[in-house]
Amino acid sequence: MKAVSEGKKAERRLGLWLCAPAALVMIAVTAYPIIYSVWLSLQRYDLRFPAEREFVGLANYVTVLSNSYWWTAFGVTTFITVVSVVIELVLGMALALVMHRTLVARGLIRTVALIPYGIVTVVAAFSWRYAWEDTTGYLAQLFGDSAPLTQRASALAIIILAEVWKTVPFMALLLMAGLALVPEDLLKAASMDGATPWQRFTKVMLPVMKPAILVALLFRTLDAFRIFDNIFVLTSGAQQTGSVSMQTYNNLIRGLNLGVGSTMSVLIFLAVAVIAFLFVKVFGAAAPGNDGGKR
Amino acid sequence: MAVMGGTERAAKFRWALIDVVVLVYALVPVLWIVSLSFKTKETLTDKNFIPREWTLQNYVEIFSTNQFLRALLNSVGIALIATVIAVVLGTMAAYAIARLDFPGKRLLVGVSLLIAMFPQVSLVTPLFEMERSLGLFDTWPGLILPYITFALPLAIYTLSAFFREIPWELEKAAKMDGATPAQAFRRVIAPLAAPGVFTTAILVFIFCWNDFLFAISLTSTTSSRTVPAALSFFQGSSQFEDPTGTVSAAAVVITVPIILFVLFFQRRIVAGLTSGAVKG
Repeated sequence: MKAVSEGKKAERRLGLWLCAPAALVMIAVTAYPIIYSVWLSLQRYDLRFPAEREFVGLANYVTVLSNSYWWTAFGVTTFITVVSVVIELVLGMALALVMHRTLVARGLIRTVALIPYGIVTVVAAFSWRYAWEDTTGYLAQLFGDSAPLTQRASALAIIILAEVWKTVPFMALLLMAGLALVPEDLLKAASMDGATPWQRFTKVMLPVMKPAILVALLFRTLDAFRIFDNIFVLTSGAQQTGSVSMQTYNNLIRGLNLGVGSTMSVLIFLAVAVIAFLFVKVFGAAAPGNDGGKR
Repeated sequence: MAVMGGTERAAKFRWALIDVVVLVYALVPVLWIVSLSFKTKETLTDKNFIPREWTLQNYVEIFSTNQFLRALLNSVGIALIATVIAVVLGTMAAYAIARLDFPGKRLLVGVSLLIAMFPQVSLVTPLFEMERSLGLFDTWPGLILPYITFALPLAIYTLSAFFREIPWELEKAAKMDGATPAQAFRRVIAPLAAPGVFTTAILVFIFCWNDFLFAISLTSTTSSRTVPAALSFFQGSSQFEDPTGTVSAAAVVITVPIILFVLFFQRRIVAGLTSGAVKG
């Protein structure tokens, strides 16, 4: 008996020691800065005028939340997030079905579909930019030699296109994991009972896949909300196409205003927390890896 | 699938058509930037999808400037170091999560889930300030640290999923033979876990290689600027009168490793990405 509890103790100690480095790094680089960020957000702190640093309470929050640029960026971010995630879900599901079911060249399709996932976002963004720029672009030419990146609506459409192109394969892979869980017998039985392919999809596949879909949606929504690379390369946020991430970056690099920048950081963090909370509580997305909900 | 005789060929044909759509979807933007990188200065603006005149001039140009070579060195160095550290730390933690019983396990899983969802832009301003005062701003470690942090949840999830698949009787057998848990980990499990670790390393490397936000916010000179960040500085720089060709060539160069990974390790990457997801 003594030996067993000794072993348990050793196991606990080993477990803690093995996890400690990873936990320390993660906390040092995220938890500490975000707390520091809250502290900075309560100060007037502009690197151009460091002498004027002082505690100003919630003044920075008032500044940001009453600023129309912030709300424009917030609206743009929300719009891009919602539209692109919806399109990604539809196309991702289609691609998942193709990768899962195709009778021809399955390996090739899976390989090729990984290219948009793996490619550097900035590289893809440059490709789209040169395709749509009026000086170089084959796509701009197709649509009558216009300069779509210089108009707000078309620029937003191109940003969404670039975002969707890049992330559909990732969405598809997450959904494919869900598809693999759909029992083949169940589909066969349904088709024996005369269910149409559409009925099989909505009545058999979707319910089984629901957890996978919710997880994929949660991750993609949070990821889309922090959109930065595509906008930076495609429009640099011109014509009111900037996201909240672009605002934060511009404020830091051009404005060097750490107080206001930190306020934006905290606000984005809160927005993301609200989105995650809604997904988990309202839609019942099981947090992946959460031992309680597992199998 | 219940397809019979003659209809089978029709079904195959239909799938082949759908496959072609997927191929075009995935490849056209990539081929376009490849095409631009081979165009001559004169034909760069001809808007033709395929170059009319081919040249290697753009590649010669980027490889003869320090600006690109230094950025490439930074990209490779930073991504490799971050990958090695993240995978080592991730392996240790994932082993503990998959195999050991200890207090705080659920907390660790929860924390790494939170970090996976964390808006990276929220860290840009505080990290900028912290790294400036610590002297880490615009250095390799200044980028490696955030990369490790955001790669760790990915590494921990993927690895713990792989570790659950390993035949653990072998570990028990090793323990019966008198090995301590640490020895069992090193001698028996580590070799079995190698494929999962390798897959995770690929995913983590792609993640680090891809980053733009930190690369552009936490650097200010060529000493630590990675290629994705350096690309946007090719714009209007005096060295390149028309940067389109050189940007494209540089973009193609950093796409090559990704294409190679995808070609050789497609199965592993798919397994790695989906293993983390099914558990939900």
